[in-house]
Amino acid sequence: MRHLLSAGDLDVDSACLILDTAAQLAAITDRSVKKLPTLRGRTVVNLFFEDSTRTRISFEIAAKRLSADVINFAAKGSSVSKGESLKDTALTLEAMGADAVVIRHGSSGAPHRLATAGWIQGSVVNAGDGTHEHPTQALLDAFTIRHHLRDNAGDLAGVRVAIVGDILHSRVARSNVLLLRTLGAHVTVVAPPTLLPYGVGEWSCAVSYDLDEVLPHVDAVMMLRVQSERMLAAYFPSVNEYGRRYGLDTRRMGLLPAHAIVLHPGPMNRGMEISADVADGERAVMVEQVSNGVSIRMAVLYLLLGGMTDDVKKET
Amino acid sequence: MPQEKTVLRGVRPYGEDPVDIVVAAGVIAEIAAAGSGSGRIIEASGLIALPGFVDVHTHLREPGREDAETVETGSRAAALGGFTAVFAMANTSPVADTAGVVEQVWHLGKATGLVDVFPIGAVTVGLAGEQLAELGAMATSAAQVRMFSDDGKCVHDAAIMRRALEYVKAFDGVIAQHAQEPRLTVDAQMNEGVLSGQLGLTGWPGVAEESIIARDVLLAEHVDSRLHVCHVSTAGSVEVIRWAKSRGINVTAEVTPHHLLLTEDLVASYDPIYKVNPPLRASSDVAALRAALADGTIDAIATDHAPHPHEDKDCEWAAAAFGMLGLQTAFSVAVLTMIDSGLLDWRTLADRMSVRPARIGRALGHGHDLKVGAPANICVVDPGASWVVEPATLASKSRNSPYSGMTLPGKVMHVLKAGKPTVEEGDLAC
Repeated sequence: MRHLLSAGDLDVDSACLILDTAAQLAAITDRSVKKLPTLRGRTVVNLFFEDSTRTRISFEIAAKRLSADVINFAAKGSSVSKGESLKDTALTLEAMGADAVVIRHGSSGAPHRLATAGWIQGSVVNAGDGTHEHPTQALLDAFTIRHHLRDNAGDLAGVRVAIVGDILHSRVARSNVLLLRTLGAHVTVVAPPTLLPYGVGEWSCAVSYDLDEVLPHVDAVMMLRVQSERMLAAYFPSVNEYGRRYGLDTRRMGLLPAHAIVLHPGPMNRGMEISADVADGERAVMVEQVSNGVSIRMAVLYLLLGGMTDDVKKET
Repeated sequence: MPQEKTVLRGVRPYGEDPVDIVVAAGVIAEIAAAGSGSGRIIEASGLIALPGFVDVHTHLREPGREDAETVETGSRAAALGGFTAVFAMANTSPVADTAGVVEQVWHLGKATGLVDVFPIGAVTVGLAGEQLAELGAMATSAAQVRMFSDDGKCVHDAAIMRRALEYVKAFDGVIAQHAQEPRLTVDAQMNEGVLSGQLGLTGWPGVAEESIIARDVLLAEHVDSRLHVCHVSTAGSVEVIRWAKSRGINVTAEVTPHHLLLTEDLVASYDPIYKVNPPLRASSDVAALRAALADGTIDAIATDHAPHPHEDKDCEWAAAAFGMLGLQTAFSVAVLTMIDSGLLDWRTLADRMSVRPARIGRALGHGHDLKVGAPANICVVDPGASWVVEPATLASKSRNSPYSGMTLPGKVMHVLKAGKPTVEEGDLAC
């Protein structure tokens, strides 16, 4: 594996390798000295064209725990806004010797372009591109689900997951549908028809417009952030109506099986897609998702740049 | 003093039996037995003669974007592509919405002299879709504009479209519509389908094209005027146009070479070389477009030649410009998609690349059958040759060809414009 651009690039073995590696690395970070020397002397650039403090910090901590040198490059705007172009930024980073570029970009496919246009030699990690994908988010979600429902081992065969909300604009949903399917889970996407992509019927998942009908039959439910501005473009009539039909509140929690968990990639709109009671409830695993995110990103950087699993085995 | 004659020796008109086509004083003077003509001989045995191609849809970028193309460089590309006439779209800077701008483009075309450049006038001032441009002034200018288009933008206001269709009747004009419902295509990046959903690129649904065409053919019927539909890209659009023609509505349509060959799957590379408007569609659309061109529902191949400087394609998808080069590859793509597939023969290909487009745009002196007395606008092609597309070697100032590295069949060898060679042995005549 040279780049991580799409969750669809991972087969079940490589996906499980990342999850297993993350589990091993998580054990290390539970120690008081949280550092591994593995990536000493390697340079990781966080190239963020969009603000995303959480994701950037997660990648930064992950790289630092592996002893990599980390550079944060916040590039406002893009070639559209007459700033420095993606290409020139890439050439600059290449000249400075970046071993890996973690890129967040508002334009779908920008990481793919960065990896394939011949501008740079290093590895590219997609940290979220437009409305396309966010593969490390899907990996950390799978890791969290596996931890709760599969005792942190193997794939997710037979696990039933509902992804609820703005599927159309969600890179988290796209990566999750691809990865969860690869791992053997059954996925149902739930949304009003306006917030489902054209052609979603061809995706490797089930589709429903009715959250109440789906909830009794899932082991995990993933609530997506829904921007209230979407109603201005007629995706739904009002925040209240959205919440009534697709929000996860206490009543709907009662429809879920007792073992089911609730995930959310954050940041949450409390009172819209998720009620405060549910968000703060004991079946909500959002805090774990955040810490698992660091382990997953360590595993990804480790496998892309280090690639020597023996090291980890020795340390553990 | 004896008149200078040029002889296309042993050439096969429309792929038929070899003859000598003798050209003098800008017209076809004689069609004689092969080997019998005398004068300046152009050896053309094995080659096919067709009427010079006419492109009703090019972007020559001058004035305003001379970094991408000029009338001169675009004319070179056109001549090398077998064209003897091109129509230059109005979305220049300043917009060709006045007699002054269209005359400037017309004069630049004359000065270059490789092809006849027919400027297209804007329908509305500044392409803004709000107020009719001075269509009559452009029609009566030296440029004699007959085709009007806001191409790049749709004349989306139904009332403006109706008035434009009516108004141009006074001078036998035609409105060439870029059919794109703007509200259905906000930030659209590629064909709306399963793939756009997977790639996370905003979809450009076929219905945004089809609904405008449906409205416009009904408007054209109502006001009894002439409508031309630019770059038809979907099977649904074909159905609407077929229905309109069956009703006797005065509508014509064009298809681009790239919509006859390329499909949306190429977008999965996120390489903006494949970014074009209207977008590349599904293979079922490609099949419908080929069939429609074959049965005449679609009248013409038009290139939508859209040069862009390298930096406008060497970037991420969303930041890239829409458009592809087309002039020098159009004939070969037509051979690949229409001749090699048996959908068209040489005579019907000539009809779609010369006769009908000339008629649509009222390109005087072009689109004539190869017969004695016709203006000697002739393209001679080698049907058996093939060539590898290398964008850097194309005559255009820009390099944004989606066919880079492809081997294409058919080669333009000689072109006569009004009897004078513009292309000899595949190179520009000096």
